[in-house]
Amino acid sequence: MSRPAESGPPEYVITAENLTKRYGDVVAVDGISFSVPAGEAFGLLGPNGAGKSTTMKMIGGVSQRTSGSLSIMGLDPDENGPEVRAHLGVVPQQDNLDEELKVRDNLLVYGRYFGLPMSYLKPKADELLEFAQLTDKAKSKVDALSGGMKRRLTIARSLINEPRILLLDEPTTGLDPQARHILWDRLFRLKEQGVTLILTTHYMDEAEQLCDRLIVVDKGRIMAEGSPASLIREYSTREVLELRFGSERNATVGAELEGIGERLETLPDRVLIYAHDGEAALEEVSARGLRPVTSLVRRSSLEDVFLRLTGRSLVD
Amino acid sequence: MSAVTTSHSATEAARNRKFGPLYSRNVRAVVARGLMATKSSNWMVMLSGFFEPVLYLISMGVGLGAIVGPVQGPGGGEISYAAYIAPALLAVSAMNGAVYDSTWNVFFKMNFAKLYQGMLYTSLGPLDVAMGEIFLALLRGLMYATGFTAVMGLMGLITTPWAILMVPAAVLIAFGFASFGMGITSFMKTFQQMDWINFVMLPMFLFSATFYPLSVYPQYIQWLIQAMPLWHGVELLRQISVGAFTPATAVHIGYYLVMIAFGLLLTTGRLRRLFLK
Repeated sequence: MSRPAESGPPEYVITAENLTKRYGDVVAVDGISFSVPAGEAFGLLGPNGAGKSTTMKMIGGVSQRTSGSLSIMGLDPDENGPEVRAHLGVVPQQDNLDEELKVRDNLLVYGRYFGLPMSYLKPKADELLEFAQLTDKAKSKVDALSGGMKRRLTIARSLINEPRILLLDEPTTGLDPQARHILWDRLFRLKEQGVTLILTTHYMDEAEQLCDRLIVVDKGRIMAEGSPASLIREYSTREVLELRFGSERNATVGAELEGIGERLETLPDRVLIYAHDGEAALEEVSARGLRPVTSLVRRSSLEDVFLRLTGRSLVD
Repeated sequence: MSAVTTSHSATEAARNRKFGPLYSRNVRAVVARGLMATKSSNWMVMLSGFFEPVLYLISMGVGLGAIVGPVQGPGGGEISYAAYIAPALLAVSAMNGAVYDSTWNVFFKMNFAKLYQGMLYTSLGPLDVAMGEIFLALLRGLMYATGFTAVMGLMGLITTPWAILMVPAAVLIAFGFASFGMGITSFMKTFQQMDWINFVMLPMFLFSATFYPLSVYPQYIQWLIQAMPLWHGVELLRQISVGAFTPATAVHIGYYLVMIAFGLLLTTGRLRRLFLK
């Protein structure tokens, strides 16, 4: 498989401008704009209900936008749905494998939906089973597969038409750590082959691992955009000091910690101090005579950015 | 444009097909999927659907027929009671098969198996899916009708070569019910609502001149029944079974043609609303 030619301006495979989707009075996506060059791994991060899945559906042409413009491979998905989807691979949030068919048949039948001939599909299905590490399950029933296997089969299925763009809606939700790492590895390989990945997730480690660039979305709007590293630089400090004083004390200790680090965040179970130097901040805490039950200095992560931008309150 | 992935000729060719927003001329793929699924799992359901009208025919036609004696057929001549109800039972079985396939089956695939969501993320359009599912319902209807007509032949209930036309006529009846059934199912959200379908089907089965002529009813009940689709199907097949055609034959066929046209319009419109919202 060839890599994209690294010359000239980037070729955008997705361009969205002022993309808006309303369901009655509810605004699910509120005028977002972004562009994705070919071969990039692009993430949409946000709490539940932020509009990530709706955006994915509009890209796939299975949900019509209310206003704004959207171009996928130069085509409008509202006008040319089937044609746009011929370029796409889709991994939906919930597996919707065909439970009435066997594992290999799932791939063959799905390929038929794209109008692909059997002479192409048979070797391709075997290749993808190999890729998804499911070769020995080829003749199994789908409901006999584990959650991780089903997920891998869904991803294999999404690749049957050699898509230029792969849409992954929370690809690893509900998987155990081993299954997630296998999946990440498979996604890396696709990216190496030049497939553009569009992925939503609420696992921050996943976004940091996989995404070249991402947007943080909340309530249908873009809150921030950039690479994981640049977002951490911009919206968080280098290090974070986590202190636990016990649930009674956490709420009241805030005032006594005033002035340490750059920013203080009080959570029900712990207090976070955002500081360039976490150890120095911890020494300052001790110097003030405060004795936390536990303390931890860690590097700032995308999770800190995410929580800062989208708030800590629980979103339904 | 640089090829991002392998420019495999097969995938490129597939992308260059003619597409419309709702239709990608690939009904075949939906049909092939249905046949493959049937092969692996649905055999028993299919068989039970075949035996149901046969059992009715044996118990009512042969059993009840023994005390009823010969009755007046559509052409005016006397026929056995079994020969009288057999075409009606064929119409009922065409209706039941088509309704089952286009309602319960579609309801399950739409709301639980999420099959159509998967299909519509490929280059299939909603019209491909709807026509494929209806075609499958008709294929099943064709098999039932052929089998049942063969049973009628074996029981000596067929007296004219015209009777062979009952098979395509049964498929026409199935088409009417299947195209409408799928549209109606798209409005259903819960199992309780699905039960309403049975609530309409059972009285239609019992009272559409299936087991006795329409003339037993007062005039206004007759009008009500004549407005219902099953009565037209029963009358159509009954006329064909003895080869007695009247201008009413054309009315019965016309009723189904209109029903098919409205059903397809409804179904396509609903699928568009449901899946491309």
